[in-house]
Amino acid sequence: MMTNPTGRLTQGQFSFLPDLTDAEITLQVEYGLKKGYAWAVEYTDDPHPRNTYWEMFGMPMFDLSDAAGVMLELKSCRSTFPQHYIRLVAFDSTRGVETIAMSFIVNRPPVEPGFSVVRQETNGRTMRYTIRGHEADRPEGERYRK
Amino acid sequence: MYNIPGSVTSPAAGTTPAKAGEGDAVLSSQSAANAAGAGVGAARTVAEVMAQSQTGAVLDELDRELVGLAPVKARIRDIAALLVIDRLRMNQGLQAQSPSLHMSFTGNPGTGKTTVALRMAQILHRLGYIRKGHLVAVTRDDLVGQYVGHTAPKTREVLKKAMGGVLFIDEAYYLYRPENERDYGQEAIEILLQVMENNRDDLVVILAGYGDRMETFFQSNPGMRSRIAHHLEFPDFAEGELLRIAELMLEQQNYHFGPGARELFREYIAHRIRQPQFANARSVRNALDRARLRQASRLFANPDQELTREDLSTILPADIRASRVFDLGAASAQKT
Repeated sequence: MMTNPTGRLTQGQFSFLPDLTDAEITLQVEYGLKKGYAWAVEYTDDPHPRNTYWEMFGMPMFDLSDAAGVMLELKSCRSTFPQHYIRLVAFDSTRGVETIAMSFIVNRPPVEPGFSVVRQETNGRTMRYTIRGHEADRPEGERYRK
Repeated sequence: MYNIPGSVTSPAAGTTPAKAGEGDAVLSSQSAANAAGAGVGAARTVAEVMAQSQTGAVLDELDRELVGLAPVKARIRDIAALLVIDRLRMNQGLQAQSPSLHMSFTGNPGTGKTTVALRMAQILHRLGYIRKGHLVAVTRDDLVGQYVGHTAPKTREVLKKAMGGVLFIDEAYYLYRPENERDYGQEAIEILLQVMENNRDDLVVILAGYGDRMETFFQSNPGMRSRIAHHLEFPDFAEGELLRIAELMLEQQNYHFGPGARELFREYIAHRIRQPQFANARSVRNALDRARLRQASRLFANPDQELTREDLSTILPADIRASRVFDLGAASAQKT
């Protein structure tokens, strides 16, 4: 396949690496907490690159001292949405930064068919291109089912 | 809810230590294992483990700075010993199942429950039982919500904050209100029980409260009682111990008793103990605060006097004598 060589969604950090184990995720979370970031769990079944805002699973977790709390939330998100994409995002609230500082995928559906190019012919034979997820045709909640 | 300063406080947003190097973002899980066992090496003797974890220093500090409380200290020693031996067992490749360390502290007001809880967080952290060593102190308001569906997220948030440290629930008996069937406290208790059981490695829960009311609380929540391994009873302080506490308190604030003041304060304690609403160390602290007030106004009365370091830090008998407690004590002595 030319358009989806790895058969995997590559968004955020570590996405070209093999999936992180829970121990590795814990280390990353721990690192973020040391930097003072607030972690949040987000999920979606529409991972279009322009879909920036995924659904939040619970509230962002401020004032945590240990990664166990984030892992607890991740675990419950995984059991609720086993077939969805789930990512952890770290918000850096430092004055003047106030943005997401880390973000990586921690759960993927078993099969990731990827995206296709959609071509649209407009005025004067101009071509417009866009991409569309193969699974996006199916209704929300029914995507990425085997 | 508040994080008690002195322990590891939560990183306030914005004021983050940006020192943690980029190298911290390690990917290998092997280094996780190394980090967990950092500084433990392969100790073979109790002394080695003690030296590596500085347990001895913490226990000595406990002895030095906390007056009395013999049964409590004994239990803390037992727990420390168990954790040290577990370390050694682990080094020898023996099974060392992490013990359940949830505790309940019962005792009269001012017997040092909160102080000991704070220490407990430090000790367990040094022994490597908890990872961060911070104390999150909460009461009913922080756990129980005000409407349907509010309690669970609230309780879970507090629990997440406490992970890696100690969750100290003060006046825990308020969680359960038998008189109101639809009280949300029960929901908080259930979530608490679940996390206490499933996340035993992540946090230690300490419930505190006055003896008799905690007894009723445990009777109506048998699940809670059985999940708490250590029930610590905090005894009341004796007069001598209270005097020693007073001296320690003054020392910490750079004050000391002037000539005769110490004896007079001993008399004060003897009177105060017999009066109602005596709250042990807390009453002593309040009495000292009032003595400081009187000392301040005594010095204030002579605006032209040059005040030395000694003047400013001495509590004289007159500052204590003015207390109402002596009149009441005398009155009750006349009556009998």
